[in-house]
Amino acid sequence: MRELSLNVLDIAQNSIAAAATLVTIEIEEAMGMLTIRIGDNGRGMTNEQLEQIRDPFYTTRKTRRVGMGIPLFRMAAEMAGGSLAIESEVGVGTTVTARFGLDHIDRMPLGDMVGTMDTLIRLNPGIDFLYRHTVDERSFELDTRSLREVLDGVPLSEPDIMDWIDANLTEGIQSLGSNA
Amino acid sequence: MKSIAELQALRDKAREKMTVREGSHDGTRVVVGMATCGIAAGARPVLKAFTEEIEKRHLGHVAVVQTGCIGMCQFEPIVEVIAPGKEKVTYGKVTPEMVAKIVTDHLVNGNPVAEYTVANLMK
Repeated sequence: MRELSLNVLDIAQNSIAAAATLVTIEIEEAMGMLTIRIGDNGRGMTNEQLEQIRDPFYTTRKTRRVGMGIPLFRMAAEMAGGSLAIESEVGVGTTVTARFGLDHIDRMPLGDMVGTMDTLIRLNPGIDFLYRHTVDERSFELDTRSLREVLDGVPLSEPDIMDWIDANLTEGIQSLGSNA
Repeated sequence: MKSIAELQALRDKAREKMTVREGSHDGTRVVVGMATCGIAAGARPVLKAFTEEIEKRHLGHVAVVQTGCIGMCQFEPIVEVIAPGKEKVTYGKVTPEMVAKIVTDHLVNGNPVAEYTVANLMK
């Protein structure tokens, strides 16, 4: 992966495979750290499954949907002076949190988060996404649940609507003065 | 800043358009591999290029959808074109630059682009 936004797109696929109906993506830049959190309300994992996904070579066909995604994301975090943590509960959901040194020389750029959110929203009409990006005390949020209320049955994937979402995300993220 | 009023106006406009093309989807699907291997190889810009090209040409009968890893990671980004009554065509190592030709030749004119297929890459 060449940018962290691609890892986010990849990790979110696990939430989709876990039958989540809401996926929350949070980006936080504060006190010299970049924190990326991907949370879902999917079916969750047992402690045994959680242990297994730490080891990319342990992956069996049963856990294949997890695969290389988590190990790659963990590696990206650790080589940038950070870490990765997974919390999960069966029937409640899973949250993956990766932390990076914001100014670490080996930290990959956050990259095109608009492209990642566009892809997720466009391809998953049945799932809601909450994007929250915070830089110090400034914050921007896009919640497809509130957009759906306004749209009143018109799908988010309509070309004009997707253009509005992309423009909204672009303006919102730019207004934060992100360093990621 | 993009306003909610603007979104409401777009909603009303979209509603009119949707009524016009209702029922036009014929089951043609463009399937993009979006597993770790596909994403790492560049599936995201390829998918974007397909949706843009399909919108530009008003191909309302074509749906763009995603799939997981199909086990040919070395050929990612992989795109399958599935048209009703036709054999599935699998394209490999797809770049955004190849998309316009696939859309024009294959989706519009019904002629698969042989040189971009996985079958051709394996030769």
